[in-house]
Amino acid sequence: MSRASSTDENEAVKPPLPSGVVAFVKRDCPTCELVAPVLEALAKRVELTVYTQDDPEFPAGVERIDDTDLSVSWHHDIEAVPTLVRVESGREVERALGWHRGEWEALTGVADLGEGLPDWRPGCGSLSVDPSRAPELAIRFSGSKLGARRVEIASQEDEQEAFFDRGWTDGLPIVPPTEGRVLAMLEGTTRAPDEVVAVVPPDLAPCTVEKVAINAVMAGCKPEYLPVVLAALEAACTDEFNMHGLLATTMSVGPVLIVNGPIRNRIGMNSGKNVFGQGNRANSTIGRALQLTVRNVGGGRPGEVDRATLGNPGKLGFCFAEDEEGSPWTPLNTDFGHDAGTDTVMLFPGEGPRTIVDQLARDPESLARAFAVALRSMLSPKMVMAFDAILVVSPEHSRVFRDAGWSKADLLAKLHELTLMNGDDLVRGADGIAEGLPEWAAGKQLPKFKPDGLRVVHAGGGAGLFSAIIPGWANGEMGSAQVCKEIKK
Amino acid sequence: MTTLLDPTSERVPAERARAARLAILEGKTVGLLDIAKARGDIFLDQLEERLVERGAEVIRYAKPTFTKPAPIDLRHEIATQCDAVVEALAD
Repeated sequence: MSRASSTDENEAVKPPLPSGVVAFVKRDCPTCELVAPVLEALAKRVELTVYTQDDPEFPAGVERIDDTDLSVSWHHDIEAVPTLVRVESGREVERALGWHRGEWEALTGVADLGEGLPDWRPGCGSLSVDPSRAPELAIRFSGSKLGARRVEIASQEDEQEAFFDRGWTDGLPIVPPTEGRVLAMLEGTTRAPDEVVAVVPPDLAPCTVEKVAINAVMAGCKPEYLPVVLAALEAACTDEFNMHGLLATTMSVGPVLIVNGPIRNRIGMNSGKNVFGQGNRANSTIGRALQLTVRNVGGGRPGEVDRATLGNPGKLGFCFAEDEEGSPWTPLNTDFGHDAGTDTVMLFPGEGPRTIVDQLARDPESLARAFAVALRSMLSPKMVMAFDAILVVSPEHSRVFRDAGWSKADLLAKLHELTLMNGDDLVRGADGIAEGLPEWAAGKQLPKFKPDGLRVVHAGGGAGLFSAIIPGWANGEMGSAQVCKEIKK
Repeated sequence: MTTLLDPTSERVPAERARAARLAILEGKTVGLLDIAKARGDIFLDQLEERLVERGAEVIRYAKPTFTKPAPIDLRHEIATQCDAVVEALAD
């Protein structure tokens, strides 16, 4: 918890310490128990004031001041107990942490302290910095640094129902965003709560770090996920990604987040078994936090600006990590010009994943052909170049390419070649299907994908000869471009 | 009582009065905005014919792509040049 007690504004409300020697202790600390007789002896020799944090009856042999509300400890930045402070004319001049005979003797000017005790014993953590207490204390004593409107929920009222009723959820329960939880969330970033992260469509509302943190709490994120959510929101709100269009389209798409770099492992993301599925907190909540922010701050709600005909379950939040360690290829973020090892989040405007089954291919040509047939039929077998796609290759499939020495570029070149379409098959009415391209396409060879329209990502469990396609929607300047953003703390 | 934090933008939507409806079309300038959806032009061609028959002057505009809001400069251009605008959707 960032502390504000040393700032000028807090000096005014800081409770002064009495002159002489001041001690901070708690009963639930063996070192404090150990030095209780020392304090009793000191009380006879110097002006001694003892503040006790947990038990007002402790220590027995001296007069104590009850600091169980921790106001004095918090304001004076007590980090450990016992702490001994020497105060002259209301000002602290010296401080000793834990029990150290030499330091205590120097600080108090009293010799031969603690006969029979060891020379040195470390202390325990002060209750005023206990993680379970610190957020609440910071709010109580420093005043809140948060600007969001307070919503009071009556004690008889259900918090979940109150949030549902206001239209602030995605239909699933949320973690109630208390001030303590939001402050703890903000510890996940070095950015100031009032910094504007992005202007969020469709309402084009400026969104602060604090508002992202509130929605991240609601989504169930841990503080260490917050930098990913912030970077994802920045990416989503670029003109290139076109979040407004992604909402407004009647197609099924939503933002798909793919995370690269060491942060994947640091925050425990899943890039392996059941990679698109449930069960991993980071995967499940980071995408949800982005979608809740778009909904609540940007006003992007289904049935309003979100006009999806069918939508897809991934619109609750669709986020996963690339399996870089097990991949035969360079990581996805290097395809966007980032150095390998950089923490990034790539936003893809995609729908749900569809599986490609091929359990017999043992040579790369055959497997590439199986991929290509599935890719050609994606969204509509009669349309080309309008939609991008992510091909997610699992370990048992990637092994086939690894063994044959195919780089990612080799695979992509082959897939572009195998997805060249004959225009005669694509024109309106061809194959008995009214949908299709105008007559100009007849007689031409047309690529299914634009040059950078197909991306390859490595992910999934170690067993199973399956890969997957995540199809996109209108691509490039006409719709949404893929955006890969560095994640900064 | 529990105190929670508002997750929204907390913005009060700006209320703006709608422009006055036109009583007659004679001598008025009507903008036709093609949002770049397929066959929107066919729909607008028909509309233009009908409007011109009724004595209106028609100016045609087009958005670069239907997936994004009209650029602010285009919106301003229409607002300054026209008495009314029809924005066409088609597929």
